[in-house]
Amino acid sequence: MARSVRFREALREAMTEEMERDERVFLMGEEVGYYNGAYKVSEGMLDKFGPKRVVDTPIAEAGFTGIGVGAAMVGLRPIIEFMTWNFSAVAFDQILNNAAKLRQMSGGQFDCPIVLRGPNASARQVGSQHSHAMEHMYATIPGLKVIAPAFPADAKGLLKTAIRDDNPVLVMESETLYGVKGDVPDGEHLVDLGKAQIVRPGKDITLVAYSRMTHVALEAAQALEKDGISAEVVDLRSLRPLDENTIVASVEKTHRLVIVHEGWPYGGVGAEITDRVQRLAFDALDGPILRVTTLDVPMPYNAKLEQACMPQADRIVSTVKRLFARGRA
Amino acid sequence: MQAENPVPLPSDSRTPATMQPRPKEDVDHLAQLYREMLLIRRVEEESARGYAEGKIGGFLHLYIGQEAVAVGAIAAMKPEDYVVTTYRDHGIALAKGMPPRALMAELFGKATGCSKGLGGSMHMFDKEHNMLGGYGIVGGHIPLAAGVAFASKYRGDGRVTTCFFGDGAVSIGGFHEGVSLAALWKLPIVFVCENNEYSMGTPLSRSLSLEDTSQKALAYGIERDRFFADDVLEVERRFAEAIKRAREESKPTLIEVRTYRYRGHSMSDPAKYRTPAELEEHKKRDSLGRARAGLLEQGMAEARVDALEKSVEAEVADAIKFANESPEPTIDLLESTTYNGPFAY
Repeated sequence: MARSVRFREALREAMTEEMERDERVFLMGEEVGYYNGAYKVSEGMLDKFGPKRVVDTPIAEAGFTGIGVGAAMVGLRPIIEFMTWNFSAVAFDQILNNAAKLRQMSGGQFDCPIVLRGPNASARQVGSQHSHAMEHMYATIPGLKVIAPAFPADAKGLLKTAIRDDNPVLVMESETLYGVKGDVPDGEHLVDLGKAQIVRPGKDITLVAYSRMTHVALEAAQALEKDGISAEVVDLRSLRPLDENTIVASVEKTHRLVIVHEGWPYGGVGAEITDRVQRLAFDALDGPILRVTTLDVPMPYNAKLEQACMPQADRIVSTVKRLFARGRA
Repeated sequence: MQAENPVPLPSDSRTPATMQPRPKEDVDHLAQLYREMLLIRRVEEESARGYAEGKIGGFLHLYIGQEAVAVGAIAAMKPEDYVVTTYRDHGIALAKGMPPRALMAELFGKATGCSKGLGGSMHMFDKEHNMLGGYGIVGGHIPLAAGVAFASKYRGDGRVTTCFFGDGAVSIGGFHEGVSLAALWKLPIVFVCENNEYSMGTPLSRSLSLEDTSQKALAYGIERDRFFADDVLEVERRFAEAIKRAREESKPTLIEVRTYRYRGHSMSDPAKYRTPAELEEHKKRDSLGRARAGLLEQGMAEARVDALEKSVEAEVADAIKFANESPEPTIDLLESTTYNGPFAY
């Protein structure tokens, strides 16, 4: 059986179930307790677990991220919420130099079983400093795992798995997905990290996306259908580890690949996938691998310009058509 | 202009050496502390030699001159208590119980090192002895140490965390966020500023608006203390107060220990920013010399002191031999130490 659950409720179910299961798990972040969460992800959790395990912090990301790393090092399993991943920039040193490297620089003596989570990438007109897609910065770092679910069921299942993982796991959510509903299986629901899923089968082109962009890619696939192009949509769910097998298998079927993500085009997840596919499936490709990303500028405030900067279904459609036009030429 | 110290600290001066005859257990205790300090100094001197010989690479920050801080502080702790420190970490690792073999092998980049040769001089870790590491980014370990203390409070395990850093760290954000959160949540931790007067080549007078870094405690409403590291027993006694406060009342303390490093910031620093006379002046107050004199004055036979020193020499020689003869780590170690479980690629 399954229930229709909002994305934020799915995340809450994951945290609540894992905190009930394991006394070592606690939630810490700005406004997670008495305020019930800046985006209401943790609503009601303070009442349920009390202030020892749902810990409000001052505005000090470097401080409370470091607290989480230290607590994880000696055996607790912290969930650290960033009000947005944008604010993790001031905690970058803790994530890069401590969380990611502790195990290796201690010769494997210490683990860092920490979950860092919060909304990522653009919201609506929140300006250049609140619209970063931070996953590209973090997915490049060995020692970390990075996940980016698009649907409530995956949000729940991946987060539960992340909390049980003995490594640092970064969960990229989306402010604009928190209200989205989807079926979530009843009972214990765990999803393995590192497994992509085909959310729409197709035969002419592969669209790879994750987080909110999976929904945009699905919208584009529908539009392409009207033009007689059958698009397969691969929802990555996990960025590190990256399920290159599912991507390659899809490209071997469709022979064309367009990658869709928020964030800038210089480097990043799309560039990484491009590298792997040209190495692993060079002979299967009928054209260049193209990317649809945020434009290569800081995010503007103006609503129309913001929309123009973000990847949209129509930009995906025109990119795909360009690929086919080139193929015929 | 120097800010006035709003709360005068009565003991903000050198304490007289304890030279009265002492019971045997006191003499034995001082002998033990002297041995630990001497072990650190001799390991560090041999590290400098190993560096000159090309057996140790990268950065090497020596603890020579500061031995009484690590030894005195850790003498006041229990084995189950935690320490976290900076990249100048050899002395603290040894004082916390890391065998010299594991330390020297780590410096030589060998698989038998405490961190399997993957950490190096700046990253000494010893889980068994609750040495939670040396960290290379100034101030970055201070919130982490507060997190270790947070875990102790969360679990109610009665352990205390001691977090060491230099005077160069009190200007960076990590220090302030770590101390602020520890104060807010009343964590069982002792923050220790090892004020050796220089952050690399810059004297405190040019890097801080205060002369007394313990005054930073006032802004966070926590206890503070400030004293010289000349007498290791006095260091131990003062730390015992702060550790008791952490353990019994779960209250943090900020301690400034006034000390001096005899060598440069690292092996690549000739320390031209200070005069030989300044160094010699500090060496007159050497905590090892003071402890040795104290042992003789308290009736320990010269022959016993010599024997103790010889045993340290033997231990250091053994560590060097062990490090020299140990194998290097192999490349297959890298993926398994990066992730617990399958490599995430």
